[in-house]
Amino acid sequence: MQISMVNRKRNSWISNSVKEKLIHGFFFINGIISVFVLIGIFALLVFTSFPAFSEINMKEFLFGLEWNPTSYVKEVYGIVPMLVSTLMVTLGALIMAIPLGVGTAAYLSDVARPSTREIAKPIIEILAGIPSVVIGFLGIVLVGPIIAKIFGTHNGLNALNGSILLAVMALPTIISISEDALNNVPNSYNQASLALGATKWQTVIKVKIPAALSGIIAACMLGMGRAIGETMTVLMATGCAPAMPESILGPVRTLTSSIAIELGEVAYNTTHYYALFALGLVLFIITFLVNMTSDIILHKYEKVNR
Amino acid sequence: MKNRKAEEFIGFIILRICIGFVLLALLIILFDIVKKGLGVISWEFLTAMPRNGMTEGGIFPAIVGTFFVTVITAILSIPLGMGCAIYLNEYARKGKITRLIRMSIRNLSGVPSIVYGLFGVVLFVQLMRLDTSILSAGLTLGLMTLPWTITASEEALKNVPQSYRDGALAVGATKWQAIRTNVLPYAIPGMLTGTILGLSRAAGETAPILFTGAAFYIPFLPKSLSDQFMALPYHLYIMATQHHAIEKVRPIAYGTALVLIVLIFCMNFFAILARYKLRKVKVE
Repeated sequence: MQISMVNRKRNSWISNSVKEKLIHGFFFINGIISVFVLIGIFALLVFTSFPAFSEINMKEFLFGLEWNPTSYVKEVYGIVPMLVSTLMVTLGALIMAIPLGVGTAAYLSDVARPSTREIAKPIIEILAGIPSVVIGFLGIVLVGPIIAKIFGTHNGLNALNGSILLAVMALPTIISISEDALNNVPNSYNQASLALGATKWQTVIKVKIPAALSGIIAACMLGMGRAIGETMTVLMATGCAPAMPESILGPVRTLTSSIAIELGEVAYNTTHYYALFALGLVLFIITFLVNMTSDIILHKYEKVNR
Repeated sequence: MKNRKAEEFIGFIILRICIGFVLLALLIILFDIVKKGLGVISWEFLTAMPRNGMTEGGIFPAIVGTFFVTVITAILSIPLGMGCAIYLNEYARKGKITRLIRMSIRNLSGVPSIVYGLFGVVLFVQLMRLDTSILSAGLTLGLMTLPWTITASEEALKNVPQSYRDGALAVGATKWQAIRTNVLPYAIPGMLTGTILGLSRAAGETAPILFTGAAFYIPFLPKSLSDQFMALPYHLYIMATQHHAIEKVRPIAYGTALVLIVLIFCMNFFAILARYKLRKVKVE
C-alpha cells in the first residue's frame, strides 16, 4: 500500500503540497466571499443612492417631515415619518415580545421537564418557519377585524396590528437566544442559590436572569433587528399611509414598506428611484448598528463565561 | 416559608402563561389557515392554471415557479455555504481575517430581506443584465440564504470528533484527504439538514423577489430561467392585497397560504426528522 501511495505521488502531474495549497486557497475564497457580499451590498446601496443627493438636500432628507415624491407641485423627500413609524411599530412589538419571550425562555430552561422541552422547542421552530407573508395575511383577515371591533376603528390595519404581528415574528429569535443564554449560566450559580435556601423561582429571577442578562439583551436586540427589517407583514397590515403617524391606532408606513410599495411603480434611474435606495441605505445602517451592538454584547458575554 | 412557596407557585404560573401565549399564537395561525384553506384544496387547485382574472382555477404556475426559484437558490447557496463552512471549521486559524469573515456572516443574516431585494435589482437585474427573471430572483435568495447555510454547515462539521481528523492525518493523509474521507461523509447529512431549513425559509420569502422576477399573473409555465415567474408567497400577497375583487378571491388566498405552509413544513419536518435520527445514531 505504501508503495502504491508513493507511486501515485510520482505519477500525479501536480505535487501533493501544491494541490493542498490550491484546495486551501479554494476554500479561503469561499470563506472570504461573505465579506465581499456584505461590502458589496453596502457599496451598491451607497453608489445607487448617491445621485439622489444631487437634487435632494441631505438635511431635508434626514429631517424632513413629509415624504411625497410624486407631488405635482414640489416633490419632497423627508424620511422622518417613516423613521417614526418604524420606531413605533418596532417598540410596540418589543413591549409585547420581550416579556413573553424571556418568560418562555425561563420556563423552558428552568421549569419545564426535559420531555416538555423536547416537544416545545420544535413547535417554536415551526413558528419561526411561518413565512412573513402568511403572518401579514392573517393580520388582514384575523387581527385586523378584531382590532376594528375592540377599538371601533374603520379597519384594523394600523400600527397596533403591525406590532402584534411583528411580536409574533420576533418571538422565536428572542426565545431561542435567551434560552441559550440562560442555559449557559454555570450550574454552580444555580446550586449555590438553592443551597442557600432560595426557591427555584427566586433562583430564576434573582440569580439566573441577572447572570444571563447580557445574552438576553442581545437576544432582544436581534429580535428588534428582525422587526425593523421585516417587510411583508408591515406592508400588508399597517395601512401604509405615507403621513406622519398620529397614534398607535392610525395607519403607518415604515421604511421597508415604503420601498416595497414605491419601487414597483417608479421608473429606473430617476431621483425617486435613487431616493428609495437611500431609504434602503438608512435601513441597512440601522439594522447593521443594532446587530453589531447585539453581536458585541454576545461576544463579551461569551468571554466572561469561559 | 409559606409565602415563598406561594410566590414560586404564582411565578411559575406566570411563566406558563407566557409559553401558553406563544403556543396559542401558533395554534391560532395554523387553525385559521387549515380550517379555511382546506376546503379550497383540490386536485384542480393544485394542478390548474388561474382563470378568469385569477378568481377561479388553480395555482399550478405559482407552485412550479417557487420550485424553480428554490432550485436556483440551492445551486448558489449550498456549494458556497458548505465551502465557506469548511474553510472556517477546517482551515481557518484564529486571526483578524477569520474574525472579519465571522462578523460579516452574522451581519449578513441580519440584513433585511428588502435590502437583499434592492441589491438584487442593481446587481442581477441591471448590472448583470439578467433582467427580472427566475435567475435574478433565485440568485438574490441564494445570497440571502448564504449565512444560514454557512452557520448550519459549520455546526455539522463541529460535531465530527477531532479524533477522526487526527486518525487520518496520523496515517499520512494530507489535510484535504482527511477532510474528504474522514470528515465530510459524517458531516454532510447534518449540513444538508441545516441547508434544507434555510431553503424552506427562502421559499417563503416575498420581499427579495418582489422586484427581481416575480410576476402578477402569467398564464403559462416559465420556459426558461430568464422568464418571469409566479411564486406562492407573491401570489398570496397579490391575492390578499392587490386583487380587484379581494373578498371574492379570499378562499384562493387561504388555499395558497395553506399550500405554502404545508410545503415549508414538509421541508422542515424532513430536516428536523433527519437531525433527530442522526443524533440518535451518534449517541448509540
